[in-house]
Amino acid sequence: MNDLWAGLAEALRLVLRLDPDLVEITIRSLQVTLTATAIAALIGLPLGAWLSVNRFRFRRVVIALLNALMGLPPVVVGLIVYILLSRAGPFGVLGLLFTPTAMIIAQVIIITPIVASIAHQAIRDLWSEYHDLLISLHTTRAQRIKALLWDSRRALLTAALAGFGRAIGEVGAIMIVGGNIDHATRVLTTAIALETGKGNFALALGLGFVLIALAIAVNLALHMLTRTERSSQW
Amino acid sequence: MVASILPLRLEAVELRKRGKHILGPLSLELGATGCTILLGPNGSGKTSLLRLMHGLERVRRGQLQWAAPLEEARRKQAFVFQTPIVMRRSIVDCIAYPLLLDGQSRSAARAEAADMAARVGLHGDLARPAFVLSGGEKQKMALARALVRAPELLFLDEPSANLDGRSTREIEAILQSLKADGTRIVMSTHNVGQARRLADDVLFLNEGKIVEAGDAATFFDNPTTPEAQAHLNGDLIP
Repeated sequence: MNDLWAGLAEALRLVLRLDPDLVEITIRSLQVTLTATAIAALIGLPLGAWLSVNRFRFRRVVIALLNALMGLPPVVVGLIVYILLSRAGPFGVLGLLFTPTAMIIAQVIIITPIVASIAHQAIRDLWSEYHDLLISLHTTRAQRIKALLWDSRRALLTAALAGFGRAIGEVGAIMIVGGNIDHATRVLTTAIALETGKGNFALALGLGFVLIALAIAVNLALHMLTRTERSSQW
Repeated sequence: MVASILPLRLEAVELRKRGKHILGPLSLELGATGCTILLGPNGSGKTSLLRLMHGLERVRRGQLQWAAPLEEARRKQAFVFQTPIVMRRSIVDCIAYPLLLDGQSRSAARAEAADMAARVGLHGDLARPAFVLSGGEKQKMALARALVRAPELLFLDEPSANLDGRSTREIEAILQSLKADGTRIVMSTHNVGQARRLADDVLFLNEGKIVEAGDAATFFDNPTTPEAQAHLNGDLIP
């Protein structure tokens, strides 16, 4: 219990002092995670919509696979991305290993199935509601997807936030592909892992509380920006 | 003079779903004017026939032929469902949606939608979410959305089935005014009184087949089949 109080005090101290290292890794955490979330949303949301309105062979297999990929082990993803980006790998020439870009790539791979799967479920329900109307109005496939994406935007925000939540707390993959290099690829989660390893529990807990506060702040900010609760019902 | 999509001809059309026979074989011709009412007991195929004509069900057996190319025929018809489909938008945006599909600007579409809302008697703040409307108002909104493209042919599937007397009267008044303006109406209903008030001609269906068809006055005064007689008398159909 004492460790928790000490951690909370350390978190307050870091925030109040605007510790430069804390500010740097917090900004990097946000940059990496928000970029990964945006890319995953750009891929996952239309993919979820497309899967909802299209009937094709092996559709159920694809959906089952997508759902299964939600539980993709981050360490394995990190390892695969590491091999692909390492100097001997097919993309080694790009020199991306141990950069924030490599961390973004790993996070995109981890969270895209989450975003797509949640989006698919939300849009599938809306599609069953709208099906007759959109067919009756003689809409094109693109118009249907656009209408479904727009009208389920609040559920899709939840899908994106679920992806963000998974990415901001991710440590295994980004530790492998980022390397936790000070002033280069260190983010909040890898810093927590490092401080815990050093036995510096108060600082690790302090960083942990900052991480939790950051996740809550981003969620609140997005909900307020999109006025989710004011327009409630949908 | 704009070419009409009517008459619509159905020849030996059949509808089966998952191996189950739903409708037909039936043949009919829908002329260019008037109001056709589809009557019949539950499960007689009224909704299926409407959906088939509108293109919500695929014709696999028989022929369905419009007087215009299919694309044009699709564009010039609209459908009002028994349970109104309410989009997760404001009232005005729900009504304006078909116009946005046609490429109109949002502001122009909203202005036209507001006019149409007034025409069907939807008053108040149109920027409210559509889900706040009452059952009758939702059906009026669905009607406004169907009418906003000025369809030549309007299908309605029991549009007042879940409404009270006042809302039903309001919907009927709108339909009467549409009829007067020359909109072709094809509607199913369980309400014989409503059918008497609106119909120019009647199709009476039972077990997926047209049992009796003809002009409304003859049908209501002298139904020739035992099924139609029983239905009009409120008896169980043999």
